[in-house]
Amino acid sequence: MPLLMPLFDDAVLKRRAEIVAALRAIVPGEGVIASEREMRPFESDGLTAYRQLPMVVVLPETTAQVAAVLDFCHREGIKVVPRGAGTSLSGGALPLGDGVLLGLAKFNRIREIDYDNRVVVVEPGVTNLAVSQAVAEAGFYYAPDPSSQIACTIGGNVAENSGGVHCLKYGMTANNVLGCELVLMTGEIIRLGGKHLDAGGYDLLGIVTGSEGLLGVVTEVTVRILKKPQTARAALIGFAASEDGGECVAKIIGAGIIPGGMEMMDRPAIAATEEFVHAGYPLDVEALLIVELDGPQDEVDHLLERVQDIAKTCRALTCRVSNSEDERLLFWAGRKAAFPAVGRISPDYYCMDGTIPRARLPHVLNRMREMSAKYGLRVANVFHAGDGNLHPLILYDANKPGELENAEKFGADILRLCVEVGGVLTGEHGVGVEKRDLMPVMFSEEDLNQQQRLKCAFDGKSLLNPGKVFPTLHRCAELGRMHVHAGKMSFPDIPRF
Amino acid sequence: MMARAMADNLKPRDAKEVEQAIQWALGNDKTFEVVGRGSKRGIGRAAQWDGTLDLSSLSGVTLYEPEELVLSARAGTPIAEIEALVASRNQQLAFEPMDYAALLGGATGAGSIGGVIAANLSGPRRIKAGAARDHFLGVSAVSGRGETFKSGGRVVKNVTGYDLCKLLAGSWGTLAAMTDITIKTLPKAETEATILALNLTDATASKVMASAMASFADVSGAAHLPAAVAMRIAEIGATQAAVTAFRLEGVAPSVAQRKSVLESLLAPFGSLGTLGEAASRALWQAIRDVTPFAANGVAGKRDVWRISTAPTQGAIVGEALAGATDAELLYDWAGGLIWAAMPATNDAQAPLVHATAAANGGHATLIRAPIAVRAAVDVFTPEQPVLAALTKRVRGGFDPQGVLNAGRMWAGV
Ligand SMILES: Cc1cc2nc3c(=O)[nH]c(=O)nc-3n(C[C@H](O)[C@H](O)[C@H](O)COP(=O)(O)OP(=O)(O)OC[C@H]3O[C@@H](n4cnc5c(N)ncnc54)[C@H](O)[C@@H]3O)c2cc1C
Repeated sequence: MPLLMPLFDDAVLKRRAEIVAALRAIVPGEGVIASEREMRPFESDGLTAYRQLPMVVVLPETTAQVAAVLDFCHREGIKVVPRGAGTSLSGGALPLGDGVLLGLAKFNRIREIDYDNRVVVVEPGVTNLAVSQAVAEAGFYYAPDPSSQIACTIGGNVAENSGGVHCLKYGMTANNVLGCELVLMTGEIIRLGGKHLDAGGYDLLGIVTGSEGLLGVVTEVTVRILKKPQTARAALIGFAASEDGGECVAKIIGAGIIPGGMEMMDRPAIAATEEFVHAGYPLDVEALLIVELDGPQDEVDHLLERVQDIAKTCRALTCRVSNSEDERLLFWAGRKAAFPAVGRISPDYYCMDGTIPRARLPHVLNRMREMSAKYGLRVANVFHAGDGNLHPLILYDANKPGELENAEKFGADILRLCVEVGGVLTGEHGVGVEKRDLMPVMFSEEDLNQQQRLKCAFDGKSLLNPGKVFPTLHRCAELGRMHVHAGKMSFPDIPRF
Repeated sequence: MMARAMADNLKPRDAKEVEQAIQWALGNDKTFEVVGRGSKRGIGRAAQWDGTLDLSSLSGVTLYEPEELVLSARAGTPIAEIEALVASRNQQLAFEPMDYAALLGGATGAGSIGGVIAANLSGPRRIKAGAARDHFLGVSAVSGRGETFKSGGRVVKNVTGYDLCKLLAGSWGTLAAMTDITIKTLPKAETEATILALNLTDATASKVMASAMASFADVSGAAHLPAAVAMRIAEIGATQAAVTAFRLEGVAPSVAQRKSVLESLLAPFGSLGTLGEAASRALWQAIRDVTPFAANGVAGKRDVWRISTAPTQGAIVGEALAGATDAELLYDWAGGLIWAAMPATNDAQAPLVHATAAANGGHATLIRAPIAVRAAVDVFTPEQPVLAALTKRVRGGFDPQGVLNAGRMWAGV
């Protein structure tokens, strides 16, 4: 798919040497990287189909440096792309050839652990897992757990509003962040929220979360931590048809049970993972459900009984419950290794991320099978069943001419289907460049313009991560214009009182 | 409220008419006070608007799928109607939206879903389940530009574009008139119980609540009521003591197990009590609605503030206010939410309250005070200049001419 990015600004590129020198004056030593060889590792993120060397990489260490870099770029009209660990699957951190790539990796300190208020204050380059590890000995953890958690950063999580397998019960990043420090494109620094609930004024924290690095650079984050549940046990349930699995999910929730995690895999995904990790998954089923319950021992045991009863009424072919922590982890091992497992059976795979109303699952899976035949590409499905978030993995071989393009077309068709059945383009991976041109499938021009007006309030010159999320870039002045006709509809036929 | 010309009071029947009404206002240089069902009109800066945009005709649940945990309704739908509907399927709005009727005086259950969202309401369960913002999945709204836009959807997991729902939640109608709202519903807990610790000082209660929150008890409500305030709630009044209350919800075996966890944790702090399901429900509803400071009660003439701060700062804020003003206090959210009822003064002690909240890393909102006071003082804690400027730009992006509720939060916002 040819991806149109903002045109290079030749005036900026001509001044590259001067710009690099100015940035070196702000961030000394190794903090500015300008050689092609050393910039190479930054040329793409987790969406490796797209690559672009940035004009220069800057790795600041302090908020003051970030502010100075942004202030300089703002004055000089230079674009900036923030980057955490570069695991984005939607190209959110894809560099711009005439822009600064602003890496936050050196912001890697945990600033404060406050057990009394159950919050941790971290720099944005701290990895997701490191937060949980830092508070593990006191029995706490940070709930959102993307599969990339050993690598991805909290700053990236905030920017993408990342989720994980525990979202259904514990929420996404937005529901677990209380505050942040944000540097605006002008270099101005603001604080949103803090250790308290519900910031006063507009919920700008809620907007920044999931804004994909377009509104500001996050330089500090305050997250909530939770007490680790006393027990967790899982059930592994196999079905002869995805309809049965879907019905089981609906009935569990209908019975008032919100599991800590509820994941589903289809036959191709089961086969690939079982071959890879030998988790003991049944191979003769069409759908496999992992239902994890967590909480006090008595509650978990009680609810697990109910889940097993429900599974029976949904014609489950197999049902095993974990009787030890090792067994529970083994149940999960397959699911957690699903991406690499699929990576073993195909030279390349393309991971999609749509969300659908759960009841539409069988329909969507059937349609996907038809598309798979049409495009001649296999697809394996892992699925956050509790909240309807699908991850179809499209198998292809980039070395075969046209297969990548085909995989992308297949992927776009899946996402259109998600929207068609009442769902959305992305559940947790973000729009980035990947789904940018599909935005009009879900939003009208008015919807997108209103979003961009918000962008304008934060970044009036559109210098921060342009070319991401929005298919068309409008100038802020143009978006702000009003088309009011004085006296228009002086007597609209609306009841008055 | 000023008498307004009838010609300027509009009551649109559908979303299209809301759009027309706002376009009409734009074209005729009119401003609107935006109301759902009007139950929270007394909150906010007192400002003057030319007319009223009344959304109460936009009423009715348009979608409810309990198994999908989702409900859509027109913005003017009575919240009581929605709560009754979901209760009939053993579900609830987990964020437990409070009802301002007791504090402001007025009929209970009179608000609309749009108002609940615009005020980002929540209740004691906020500490576990989140606020309205966390359950607000999708919206259709008309901006102050007179343009209809939508955001979000009907699924929980959604990161497609900016989450404008978050922005509209708590915006007090200053950005857009919401016409259609989609929220998450959740199963109701099978049962509940409350454990009471008696006679704790505010400072000790704060520490005890922190350790309860850090235990396996999985508390879904933690509040502290000094004796004079506790006495006004029937379920606990007889104790004649300060009451620190902890709510446990869930399936019966779970509640029983967590109860014993909590009891052993609280044992060193002296005498304990327990409330069964019905009394527990009544107590938390009283705490949610802050009935001890009810408009028709003994504190009815006092000015009432709502202060959000870090839980450990709650007692510090409370002490500072009580020391300076003879304030009565009620602490919810494990100490992080302070309701302060102050003897009425002509500035409602606004400078003191805002400064104390800000010094403790939080913010305050004046919930109840005479209109003249609300016209004169900061109702919401002022923002730092850079943030305040950003807030104004955000508003300008939605409502550049200030048609909708202009000035309700801050001057010009
Ligand atoms: C194997 C694998 C599994 C994954 N599993 C999941 C999963 O289960 N759930 C899930 O939600 N995601 C998942 N992801 C996607 C990805 O890990 C997340 O989106 C993650 O939050 C990105 O973090 P990062 O630090 O790598 O950010 P990057 O990729 O570096 O950047 C992502 C976006 O955030 C912006 N950004 C980064 N830091 C900042 C900052 N400090 N301030 C402002 N903007 C910033 C960037 O500009 C970019 O737009 C997975 C990815 C991989 C490769």
